[in-house]
Amino acid sequence: MASEAILETSGLTMRFGGLTAVKNFSAAVPRGGIVGLIGPNGAGKTTCFNMITGFYKPSEGQVRFNGEDITGTPPHRVCRSGIARTFQNIRLFGNETVLENVMIGGYLRQKTGWWQAVLCLPANRREERAVAERARELLKVVGLEELAGEKASSLPYGAQRRLEIARALATRPSFLLLDEPAAGMNPNETVELMGFIRDIRTSFDLTVLLIEHDMKVVMGICEHIWVLDYGETIAEGPPEAIKSDPKVIKAYLGEEAIANA
Amino acid sequence: MTWAMFVQHALNGLTLGSLYALIAIGYTMVYGILRLINFAHSEIFMLGAYFVLWGITLLYLPWFLAIAGAIVITASLGILVDRVAYRPLRDAPRISALISAIGVSFFLQNLTIVAFGAIPRAVYRPAWLENPILMGDVRVLPLTLFVPGLSCLLMLGLVWIVYKTKAGLGMRAISKDIETSYIMGVPVNRIISLTFGIGSALAAASGIMWALRYPQLQPVMGSIPGFKAFIAAVFGGIGSIPGAVVGGVMLGVIEIMAVAFFPDLAGYRDAFAFILLIVILLIKPTGLMGERLEDKV
Amino acid sequence: MSAKTNAVLNLLAVVALGIFLWWAEDNLDGYKIQILNLIAVNIILALSLNLIYGFTGLFSLGHAGFMAIGAYVCSILILAPEQKEMLFILEPAYNWVQSAQAPFFVAVVAGGLIAALFGVLVGIPLLRLGDDYLGMATLGFAEIVRVVAMNIPRVTNGALGFKGIPSHADLWWNFGWCVLTLFVLIRLVGSNSGNVFKAIRDDENAAKAMGIDVFHQKLLSFTIGAFFAGVGGALLGSLLATIDPKMFTFVLTFNVLMIVVTGGLGSITGSVLAGIVITILLEWLRFVENPVYFGDWELPGIPGMRMVVFSLALIFIILFRREGFMGKREFSWDWAVGRFFKKAGRHGV
Repeated sequence: MASEAILETSGLTMRFGGLTAVKNFSAAVPRGGIVGLIGPNGAGKTTCFNMITGFYKPSEGQVRFNGEDITGTPPHRVCRSGIARTFQNIRLFGNETVLENVMIGGYLRQKTGWWQAVLCLPANRREERAVAERARELLKVVGLEELAGEKASSLPYGAQRRLEIARALATRPSFLLLDEPAAGMNPNETVELMGFIRDIRTSFDLTVLLIEHDMKVVMGICEHIWVLDYGETIAEGPPEAIKSDPKVIKAYLGEEAIANA
Repeated sequence: MTWAMFVQHALNGLTLGSLYALIAIGYTMVYGILRLINFAHSEIFMLGAYFVLWGITLLYLPWFLAIAGAIVITASLGILVDRVAYRPLRDAPRISALISAIGVSFFLQNLTIVAFGAIPRAVYRPAWLENPILMGDVRVLPLTLFVPGLSCLLMLGLVWIVYKTKAGLGMRAISKDIETSYIMGVPVNRIISLTFGIGSALAAASGIMWALRYPQLQPVMGSIPGFKAFIAAVFGGIGSIPGAVVGGVMLGVIEIMAVAFFPDLAGYRDAFAFILLIVILLIKPTGLMGERLEDKV
Repeated sequence: MSAKTNAVLNLLAVVALGIFLWWAEDNLDGYKIQILNLIAVNIILALSLNLIYGFTGLFSLGHAGFMAIGAYVCSILILAPEQKEMLFILEPAYNWVQSAQAPFFVAVVAGGLIAALFGVLVGIPLLRLGDDYLGMATLGFAEIVRVVAMNIPRVTNGALGFKGIPSHADLWWNFGWCVLTLFVLIRLVGSNSGNVFKAIRDDENAAKAMGIDVFHQKLLSFTIGAFFAGVGGALLGSLLATIDPKMFTFVLTFNVLMIVVTGGLGSITGSVLAGIVITILLEWLRFVENPVYFGDWELPGIPGMRMVVFSLALIFIILFRREGFMGKREFSWDWAVGRFFKKAGRHGV
């Protein structure tokens, strides 16, 4: 019986020497949902992402994806199983073109490799064309198809963010982690982003977990939210519950906000 | 092997090790503050000896003046190399500075060939260093005792500078966190120059003593000892001055002892150090006394 | 421009090269032919290092080691047993060394394959090291190869090395291998696999996050590079007719590094152009080192000046034009045709 939760973490803890960055993060992400991880800066949100995607080996705890234990699995294998991510401070392949960036995302699903390419075998030529085709489609989805031949590092900030998402989609994930996708966006772009995330959730059959500071986005599209502060989960629940949770307000705005509320 | 021979080998190892240690200090200090492997350091070592030769044969200076002058000039050269070839690349990718260092190393080596010729030159050794001393059964050149002794003094001087002066404090600050040091008003460029100066002076001293110990000068004489000294610095923990000293001495002793106990392996003498390097980098890249440097995702 | 047109143009270029070589063989003197041979070999070496360092970002300084392996393997296979009998005067060669024989093509391939094997053996432990440490460790490997070559006289004839290696490596073999290397590299780098190498160079962690087995890809690039370095070494051995351990020092790697940096790290075109220019430059600079005779009067040469100029040039390039001549740009027929028609447009109607 397929589990309701696509991803489950239990007791995830990350210690760096004497510092505990994340303590006991336990969450069950419902399949097909759009969920959020929020909290003040330094709360440990990206650390959670890093533990889930295999960049950090958790000091304690477990990560289960589709029922399988993937704790401590190296990042490339985590991606293979279907988890893709973007990064807080955009990590594109700067020297490559926009199209190449997305094609690189599509590499892991390729059946033919380097020697078939060298020998010009037709199977490889077909596959490379297919990968390029798919990459162009994904660029269309994020609205970047005009810039396919541009160098990735020359793109404006917002376009770079969208490229990162297209690249992540190229890996054919079932679970997408977005690290601050709305950063640096104006209100119009934010609204577009919210619609965009809903669209890709449906058209690509995804579950989406996002880290975000922009409360409009979080409250607007997240169906379930976890709140971290100093590494501990201080609240979780649907947006309405989180909005009025005093612990959450205190973490973001301090004691006075409660006193003056 | 008799006890006397063992002691002799041990002393030889100590001498060689001291010479390595003095060079290794320069590598480790520069790596500690700039994260740069100063490839040109081996040529600085070589030039220290050549400048003395120049002073004595071309300028007819008395030996103590030639030595003092050579050390000053070599130290200045080290500072100049940083100024010209490394400082402009401070913000460039690290490999650029490394390639620049390789270029400077080849440049200095071949410039010396052009200026002095590639043929090895014999070095005049004053008699008091030449006549062996007898201690029981052990025959030892005074030089073999002199080198570790002088090296020790120089290293003590260095320790005093690093731990008892403001400049030394600056050096330690920069190797911990260069950005913050800038912000805190540490005169970073001047201290970096000072570091190069001190490291080069020590290397020059080592070069001069090396030329007395193995009385032959040739422009390529810096390459192998320089590389070995670098390996010693990695072995001891790159970035750590005590590590460089320990690594240098140990490498010298191991090198001499290994060949003494296994004379058949004499041809592989140079390879020991390289094998040691690879082993160290694989097992404990931070060396005996080094620190970890994390990578943020 | 379609792939078919590109392929036809490339083929025409190769044919043009062939015609040029055919002409050169009959009409150029031995010295110039030797330079052409060196150009071909240097291009192969530069391309192999460019794959490893320019495209994948692995700062490997061990090229001389792979070249040595390729050179020795190939030489042992093409020297006749009678020659080997005469060469190994210090100690007799092992029987398998003595009797080993193979046709030239096989010998070169063998040189490349054994070098590639060492690439795997060395790459597995070393490729997880970072930038500068990888450089030092691979340099250490190259030095170990040299020292070992000195100390196993029954295989390598120790410090004496080999003399009189059959000079099979003529213009056709050298440029044939050169074109093959170019073809393999262009196909490789142009494919998505090539994109992956570049991704690793640009951002290893992002590559991992996109499902790329970075270590495996690094090893692949390193091994392919080692193969072609071995091929280059094998051809060099046959070209120079003598090899000994003293040839394979860091200077050799430095020369190849110089070509790659000057041409542009990450540009195949750059490696080809720089290979041509620098080989010619190095030969031309030889005149500075050799004495020049004016009748009875001799202007003494300045030994070492070549490298002085060379290393100064490298320092200048790194300081003032780090990206080399081409940066990461490549030649393409589109660009060439575009330039041609632009020029024609200006002069024509």
